[in-house]
Amino acid sequence: MEDKIIIELKNIKKSYDGETTVISDINLKIKKGEFVTLLGPSGCGKTTLLRMIGGFEVPTGGEILLHGEDIATLPPNERPVNTVFQKYALFPHMNVYENIAFGLKLKKLPKEEVQKKVKRALEVVDLEGFEKRKINTLSGGQQQRIAIARAIVNEPEILLLDEPLGALDYKMRREMQLELKLMHEELGITFIFVTHDQEEALTMSDRIVVLSRGHIQQVGRPEDIYSIPRNAFVADFIGESNIFHGKMSGYKTVEFLEDEFSCEDGYPAGTEVEVVIRPEGLTPCSYEEGKIKGEVISCVFKGTYYETTVLYEDQKSEVVVYSKKRMEVGAKAGLLVEPEDIHVMLYDTHKNHFVVEKDGSMYDAYFSPSDAKLSDDAEEGCVKGNIVSIIYKGDHYSYTVVSEENKNYFVNDEYLWNTGDMVSIIIPEEKIEYNLLKEEA
Amino acid sequence: MKFPGRRLSIPYALFLLFFVVLPLVIVFYYAFTDGSGQFTLENFLNFFQNPKTMGTLVYSLVIAILTTLLALVLAYPTAYILAMGYVKNPRLLLVIFITPMWINSVLRLTALKEILSAIEGNIAYYPFINTILGMTYDFLPFMILPIYNSITKIDVSLKEAALDLGASNRSVLWKVMIPLSMPGIISGITMVFLPAMTNYVVLDLMYNSTYIMGSLIGSYFNAYDWNRGAMVSAVLLLSIALLSFSEKPERKEKVKVGGVSE
Repeated sequence: MEDKIIIELKNIKKSYDGETTVISDINLKIKKGEFVTLLGPSGCGKTTLLRMIGGFEVPTGGEILLHGEDIATLPPNERPVNTVFQKYALFPHMNVYENIAFGLKLKKLPKEEVQKKVKRALEVVDLEGFEKRKINTLSGGQQQRIAIARAIVNEPEILLLDEPLGALDYKMRREMQLELKLMHEELGITFIFVTHDQEEALTMSDRIVVLSRGHIQQVGRPEDIYSIPRNAFVADFIGESNIFHGKMSGYKTVEFLEDEFSCEDGYPAGTEVEVVIRPEGLTPCSYEEGKIKGEVISCVFKGTYYETTVLYEDQKSEVVVYSKKRMEVGAKAGLLVEPEDIHVMLYDTHKNHFVVEKDGSMYDAYFSPSDAKLSDDAEEGCVKGNIVSIIYKGDHYSYTVVSEENKNYFVNDEYLWNTGDMVSIIIPEEKIEYNLLKEEA
Repeated sequence: MKFPGRRLSIPYALFLLFFVVLPLVIVFYYAFTDGSGQFTLENFLNFFQNPKTMGTLVYSLVIAILTTLLALVLAYPTAYILAMGYVKNPRLLLVIFITPMWINSVLRLTALKEILSAIEGNIAYYPFINTILGMTYDFLPFMILPIYNSITKIDVSLKEAALDLGASNRSVLWKVMIPLSMPGIISGITMVFLPAMTNYVVLDLMYNSTYIMGSLIGSYFNAYDWNRGAMVSAVLLLSIALLSFSEKPERKEKVKVGGVSE
C-alpha cells in the first residue's frame, strides 16, 4: 500500500567538489515500522546515505520524501528523525538524565513529563536508576544503551543507527543485536541501520539494502539476499561463496569445472554465466562418487564445522566446503551438489570502454575483462588506476580498477593483487574493438 | 644498563634551584626583614595600611578583570568561527592573529599609541581605556589559542547530536559548545588575567603611572627600598597563587570512550 511508505529516496546523488561521486542515483522506499539495513563495505556510501536522511549532508541531486514531502534541505533539528551515532556522541558534561532529557527540555515539556519519559526510556534500555550516573563511569555497552534511550525518548518517526555496535565486543554485540530487534518490535519505530557486518544485517533486518560504490546492488529480505544473490558482488559480500565461471549447456543445465550440472535457474543454452555455490551447499563424499573431484589442501576447525578447501583437478579452482567431518589434508575427495544449491547468475559481460586517439582520429575502444591483464609497471599498460574491489571466482580474480579519470574498468586476472594497488591494464592490441568516434577536424 | 632518566633532570633541577627557588627565598627574606636584617612584620602591615599600595592592588585587579572580559568577548567568537571551519583557511588566519606576537611589544604598543592619538586627539585624556585596549591587544592571542584548541578537540558528532535532538544553533552554542570548551576558556583567562595584573610595559607606555603592581614594585626598588618592594611582590605572588588554586582544576580528558575492553 502506497500510504504506508514513510520515507522515499528519489534519484539521490551525492558528490563532493563535483568530482568524487559517493552516491549515484539511489532510489529506495522504506515502509513505516520497517527495520531496514544499509549494508556494504567501507566507502560504499551507506553512512553518507544515512547522514543525508538525518540532515547532516545535503544531497547533490534528488529528493528525500518524508510522507511525500521533500525534506532534503531541512536542517537536522527540523526533522522527526533521531540518530544513534557511531561513537554514541553522549554529552560528557552532563549526567545520564541530562543527556536523555536534552531533546525533551528543548521542546519545553513540563518537568514531570520529562522525568516520566526519561524513566520510561531507561526502562526500555534496561538501565533503570542510572539517572545520576556520569557518562564516563559507564561501560561501552551502557553508553550505547543511553545513546539509544536519548534518541527514542523523543519518539522519532525514524531512528537512524550508524554502526552503533561497531565498538562493542563480540558477545555484547550479539546481545545488543537481539535487544535492538526486540526494541524495534516494541516501539514500532522505523529503524534504518547501517553496518558493514553481514551477519549483523542478516540477523536483525526486515530488509537489507546492499550497497557498493554508491550503487544499490540488491534490496531484499535477508533470506533472499543470502540464497538468491543478484550478482557476484552480493554473493561474495554476504557469506562465503564459491564462484565459478560457466556456460549454460541447456535451458536448466550449466557447465562449469569441466562437467555438466543441472540447476534450477533457466537461461538459453550458450549463455555465459557465473555459478555461485555456498560452502554449506556442497557435501563431501568419496572420490569415486564425487561430482567435483580434487585434493584437500586445507581443513580448519571453526567451532561448529570444518572449513575445508579442495583444489579441483585443473589445479586452479579452489572450492570451499563446510562439513561436520574432518578431512585429511592431501587426501583425494569428491563433492556433491544438489541442483537447488547451484545459483546461476548472468555473467557480467560488461565491456570496458575508453576513448583513444589512433592515426589522427578519435575512437571508442572496447575490451572484455578476460582479455586484459594487470601489471605493476605503470607505463606498460594503456590505462592506469587503483584496484578498488576484488572478487575471487574459482580460477581467477575479478578486479575493478578505477582510473585517474575516475572511470571503472573490469579486469579478470589469475594472480592476486591487493585493494589499493596501483596497476596498469595491459590489453593486447588485437583484442581491442575500435569504433570511429569522429574525424579529426 | 639502566636508562639515566633521573640524571637527565639535573640541568633543569639546577636551573630551578638557582633561578626559581633561590630568588623566591630571597624575596620572602627581604619582605619580612628590615634594612638591618631583623625580622619584622612592619612591611606587611604597611602594605595593608598604606592607601597607596591597597589602591594600586584594587586598581590592578579592576584593570585585569576588564582586560580579561574584553579579551574573552573578542576571542571566543573568533576562535569559534576559526575552529568550526566557517572560514576557508583557519590555520592561515590563526597565524595572522598571532603575528603581532612576533613583533617586539614596545614597538607594537608605540604603534598602538600613535593610532590611538590619531583617533582620540590626545591619548592623555583617556589613560584608563587606553590601558585596557593596550593590554587586550597585547594578550588577545593568549586567549584565542587555548579556546581555539579546546573547540577543535570537541567531537563534531556532539554538535551533530545536539542538532539531531532538536537544538537550534544558539542552543548548540550555549548548551554544548561553550560548556565543552570550558577548559580552554579557563586557561585563556589564566593566561590573560595574571599577566594583566602585573604588566609593567603597557601601563608605562599607555598611562605613564605607577598605578599598577608591577610599577609599584619598580618605584620602591628605584628608591632602594628593597624590603617594601619585596613585600609587594610577596603579596602579589600569594594572591595570584590563591587565584590559581581556587580555579576548578582542568578536567582530565577522558581518552577512553568505552567499548571493547570494558
